[in-house]
Amino acid sequence: MKSLAELQAIKDKMKDKVVLREGSAQKRVVVGMATCGIAAGARPVLNAFVEGVSKEGLSGEVAVTQTGCIGICQYEPVVEVFEAGKEKVTYVKMTAEKAQRVITDHLKGGKVVTEYTIAAYAK
Amino acid sequence: MIRAQVLICGGTGCTSSGSHKLMESFETNLKKYELDQEVKIVQTGCFGLCALGPVVIVYPDGTFYSRVTEGDVEEIVSEHLLKGRIVERLEYKDVTDDLKNKADVSLNDTKFYRSQMRIALRNCGVINPEDINEYIAMDGYAALGKVLTEMKPEDVIQTLLDAGLRGRGGAGFPTGMKWKLARTLVNDGGPKYVCCNADEGDPGAFMDRSVLEGDPHAVLEAMAIAGYAIGSNQGFIYVRAEYPIAVKRLQIAIGQAKELGLLGKNIFNTGFDFDIDIRLGAGAFVCGEETALMTSIEGNRGEPRPRPPFPAAKGLFMRPTILNNVETYANIPQIILKGAQWFASIGTEKSKGTKVFALGGKINNTGLVEVPMGTTLRQIVEDIGGGIPNGKKFKAAQTGGPSGGCIPAEHFDVQIDYDNLMAIGSMMGSGGLIVMDEDNCMVDIAKFFLEFTVDESCGKCTPCRIGTRRMLEMLTKITEGKATLEDLDKLEALCYYIKDNSLCGLGQTAPNPVLSTLRYFRKEYEAHVVEKRCPAGVCKALLNYVIDPLKCKGCTLCARNCPVGAITGTVRNPHTIDTTKCIKCGACMDNCKFGAISKK
Repeated sequence: MKSLAELQAIKDKMKDKVVLREGSAQKRVVVGMATCGIAAGARPVLNAFVEGVSKEGLSGEVAVTQTGCIGICQYEPVVEVFEAGKEKVTYVKMTAEKAQRVITDHLKGGKVVTEYTIAAYAK
Repeated sequence: MIRAQVLICGGTGCTSSGSHKLMESFETNLKKYELDQEVKIVQTGCFGLCALGPVVIVYPDGTFYSRVTEGDVEEIVSEHLLKGRIVERLEYKDVTDDLKNKADVSLNDTKFYRSQMRIALRNCGVINPEDINEYIAMDGYAALGKVLTEMKPEDVIQTLLDAGLRGRGGAGFPTGMKWKLARTLVNDGGPKYVCCNADEGDPGAFMDRSVLEGDPHAVLEAMAIAGYAIGSNQGFIYVRAEYPIAVKRLQIAIGQAKELGLLGKNIFNTGFDFDIDIRLGAGAFVCGEETALMTSIEGNRGEPRPRPPFPAAKGLFMRPTILNNVETYANIPQIILKGAQWFASIGTEKSKGTKVFALGGKINNTGLVEVPMGTTLRQIVEDIGGGIPNGKKFKAAQTGGPSGGCIPAEHFDVQIDYDNLMAIGSMMGSGGLIVMDEDNCMVDIAKFFLEFTVDESCGKCTPCRIGTRRMLEMLTKITEGKATLEDLDKLEALCYYIKDNSLCGLGQTAPNPVLSTLRYFRKEYEAHVVEKRCPAGVCKALLNYVIDPLKCKGCTLCARNCPVGAITGTVRNPHTIDTTKCIKCGACMDNCKFGAISKK
């Protein structure tokens, strides 16, 4: 170890791996991963969220988890975004590409992607 | 990409309850459900809740699973990790009332963790102790970097003095003062040494082991800081060979630190060299005493020597040496990073920071807790410790193991710090806290600790070698109902004589358990002596088992289970016990289905 910068480099590289354990996440992205969700293609969506969140450097504030069936199987893959003090947002018929936009617009930009929400589909 | 992590406790407590088997089982099941690329298994150090081990935590949810068995693993993988449904039957949910309705309870919401404040244990149960990179991710070695590049040795010492850090090994000597003396007393250009006391010997204390197992790099980093502060290039960790997991993790940690150049030559390109070696102790209690420990490192028989000269002037190999306890070291990197003021703002006027306690005895949550100094015994026992099992009443707590004393129920609300404990005749000690309820006999407890010190006395000085043995004989006489009131006075006088005349801390503190129980529970001693009775029903020689003829149905079960044939009677008629034959094993009482047998 020859410099503080070298130490900092290791720290930055590792931060993603341990930040999960701090429980500091403000937002939770929950992907429906019951039989219906998996059959409709929830796995690539989940992977897209996990990778995207890490790539955008949001690991400290966004936790990506999965859940079971919430009863609207016709809309799967379903993704819910929870944020303290705000109403839950439910995205439906998700794909990996749509996930990318949710990450950049909603999770990073704070703007809900209205056209993907259940409200837009249920009309 | 990793989206979830499964943390499995690999401390000694959970290892002995089978956590290594859980690791294997998780690995197989994650492969089976094709999750091995997205869920990572991490082996950590102690979480503290040893009574509920093996413990598993799943992040990012922070779900705390307790008493997990191999058979539960598949359910956790297929339900929680695959489908995201928490396995509620395994979840530990002992929370305060206001959180009862909260859907997802995280670890920090539980009663056990809520009142805790973790400085020394901050990484225990959070990082993988066998991976230096995880320690670095948690600000590891940043304090060493700061010290070497920005601070003068004098500044480091001043920071510790300002922080008010006192030795966590028991005596509570100011750490900064110790370092200052070692820096200034002798300056002849010769070597100085930094030693770490990991010879945790008190029965019931295991915080040092847990720190070494859960966060070994914190100790290494602090020792290097100490080396810089006093002008030393060599450290020694004296750890008992009975701690195999701690020793292994230390070896791994030292290897990794050397590989990254955080130990060795020219650290951070500042010209500072520091190396650490491990010395294994054979587990003699006396080797926790500083001069005996150094004598043992030198390769001699572990016996203390008179002080002065103090180690700060003539310690290891007769060179200036500092010796600090594991928990003391574990606090230091945080003090350097967050500042003396931060640390000094925690705790009481003369005892700063936090203290780790090992809870044991009659308590629900056996385990490790870290609380700010000044927390009351009641908070520790009732809130964090979960109270006493079976609704029994709190009688006393023993702090400081065989060197400490008991705190009776009347001092249940005393704020625990070095000076308050000293004032009520106990001492902080290394932090073992053994809780006793109404079924414990205080004379018997004192006798237990005396048996320990008699065994562990090194034999070098007479007051300790012979005095403690005489004390034990007197205590035995008392528990057998053969003592007189005069013996009690003799016992007390002998206690003070041993305290005043012993060579080292072992002998000087050995009478403490007797003195403090005499102080608070003299009536119990007198009951043994005058009435020939043990109020708690522990001392066998003073007990008689009797059968209540009104309750006895004459089922003959007791007679059939008595190993010495002391019980006689005919079927369907009350039985009797011949007290001259009875060996007081209690088998009859355990077997009676009608509660007809009692101890008197």
